[in-house]
Amino acid sequence: MVRVEDLRFGYGATGFRLHVPEFTLAARERVAIVGPSGSGKTTLLNLIAGILTPEAGRIDVAGTDVSQLSDAERRKFRASQIGFVFQDFALLDYLPARQNILYPYRITPALTLDQDARDRAEALAVACGIGDKLDRHPNALSQGEQQRVAICRALVTQPNLILSDEATGNLDPDSKARILDLLFEQAAEAGASVLAVTHDHELLPRFERVLDFAQFRVAAVDEGAPL
Amino acid sequence: MNALYLAYAYLRYNWARSLVLVLVAALIMFVPVATQTLLSTSERALVARGEATPLLLGARGSQLDLTMAALYFGEERPEPVAMAEVEAIWDSGLGVPIPVHTAFSSGGFRIVGTTLDYFDFRDLGIAQGRGLSVLGDAVIGASVAQALGKGVGDALVSSPENLFDLDGVYPLEMPIVGVLAPTNTPDDEAIFVDIKTAWVIQGIGHGHEDVVTANDVANGTAALANAAVVQYQRITEDNIDSFHFHGSQDGFPTSAVVVVPNDTRAATILKGRYLDGNGPTQLIEPAGVIQGLVDRIFRIKALLDVVTTIIAIAALAAIGLAVFLSYRLRAKEIATAVKLGARKGMVLRLLSAETITLLLLSALLAGLGAMVVSRNAEAWVGWLLALGT
Repeated sequence: MVRVEDLRFGYGATGFRLHVPEFTLAARERVAIVGPSGSGKTTLLNLIAGILTPEAGRIDVAGTDVSQLSDAERRKFRASQIGFVFQDFALLDYLPARQNILYPYRITPALTLDQDARDRAEALAVACGIGDKLDRHPNALSQGEQQRVAICRALVTQPNLILSDEATGNLDPDSKARILDLLFEQAAEAGASVLAVTHDHELLPRFERVLDFAQFRVAAVDEGAPL
Repeated sequence: MNALYLAYAYLRYNWARSLVLVLVAALIMFVPVATQTLLSTSERALVARGEATPLLLGARGSQLDLTMAALYFGEERPEPVAMAEVEAIWDSGLGVPIPVHTAFSSGGFRIVGTTLDYFDFRDLGIAQGRGLSVLGDAVIGASVAQALGKGVGDALVSSPENLFDLDGVYPLEMPIVGVLAPTNTPDDEAIFVDIKTAWVIQGIGHGHEDVVTANDVANGTAALANAAVVQYQRITEDNIDSFHFHGSQDGFPTSAVVVVPNDTRAATILKGRYLDGNGPTQLIEPAGVIQGLVDRIFRIKALLDVVTTIIAIAALAAIGLAVFLSYRLRAKEIATAVKLGARKGMVLRLLSAETITLLLLSALLAGLGAMVVSRNAEAWVGWLLALGT
């Protein structure tokens, strides 16, 4: 699903440098990325999503070399192939839950908002246990419910890859496991791979593979071995 | 459509902020348009009234006071001229003199004592009832009828202007015999009586045993009970013959005389007769006086325009700041949209849709307001002019 080769990236202002010799994520695989803050975990997600462009190297996602796409193509690719789940949920307070789930369809011509999409949003909400709260605005939902809305939004476009950036970071311990399980369950049902940045080490056993970014960064600096 | 949908959802959710922005923007658009409409209509109304009154004869003094009193029935009290001046115009055969006596009021509206020529001259139509025919009759303007809730069959009592004058007379009760059709001119705001009736109010003419006392009112023998007026005169069929005037009518007063010359030549001759600066009277062209007033108003308007422009710039800057801060607050939303794959320009589209929606709503509101002002400008200007004088 994802194949990264000899990836190089740097932020000029801070002197931050990242070098990933090799990284792969198989279809339907669930991989966690752990590591200290500032080690480049979120940067890797942004590079894979095409939000950032690498200085060198190749990023292949579902058979497409993202680094070779134009800006417009990367946006379309991101909208149609990748689902994002954020730590702060990133819901729009002025839209009810249903419209938050359908938000990706409102911002890009790469997706068409049709009845199938609406049905899918409804079905996902029911599966995530918020079917009766679709008309509520985010401020009328609990944190767990908000994150469920965010998961529905990430999956409604039927992406091949879910990128999760500390998706459970703002949740209480009980909710964390439930939300992660829900994300895995829905991703599996959709046939999507999951690449998740997390600080919650107690959740790591739920992943199929864990990538320790601290080691990785050292390895990167040292031009280390494939991961 | 999606940008519009999101813009509408945002504006609706933040309705209080949106409402304030819409109202402020609407006001910025509305005020200059409304001011311009009202001023233009005022100018037209003022000039039209002036131009419709070819010449005005009155006591020497302020031409503006004379014009405001005779044309707009204002509070100004120019020195009266004697009715002999009216006779002099008649005798000259150069025009038609129409006396206008505006010294008294009733219910806050000016009582205009004149002759029947006035109604023909101003082309005033009777909407209800009949015209003046008997001493004491009153014909009221449309606005007077509406404001006082009176019509044919009701009565008005003149205000006791001579209350502290030992020689003064009791107020006069005047039956309303007609209501004029609206004209959107100061005539709507006037109570018309025969000039002889005005002289009765002034005490120049009077009857005998014609005073209605407080006891009459208390006993129910008076037709009109007004707590503010305890004693007043009433002209009835029984006592009308007892009304009489002391002295020669030539010496009786009128506030001014509207002079309608037969032609341009007659007007020129008449004006020539009153050129003597030492004479007690003057013959003026109201149009020139009004134009001078309008010019002054529009000089003030130029200043008003500058003030309005400054306020509009300040208000627009405030709106711009509010919109800018709003966009800053939404930086996270914009970042999310970019991460989710928003197309290039989507954010600009979204923010533009919101701004344009706000401006369209404001323009709609301002347009509706301007339409209301435009439709009612003549009536409001007529009322404002009457109020202002």
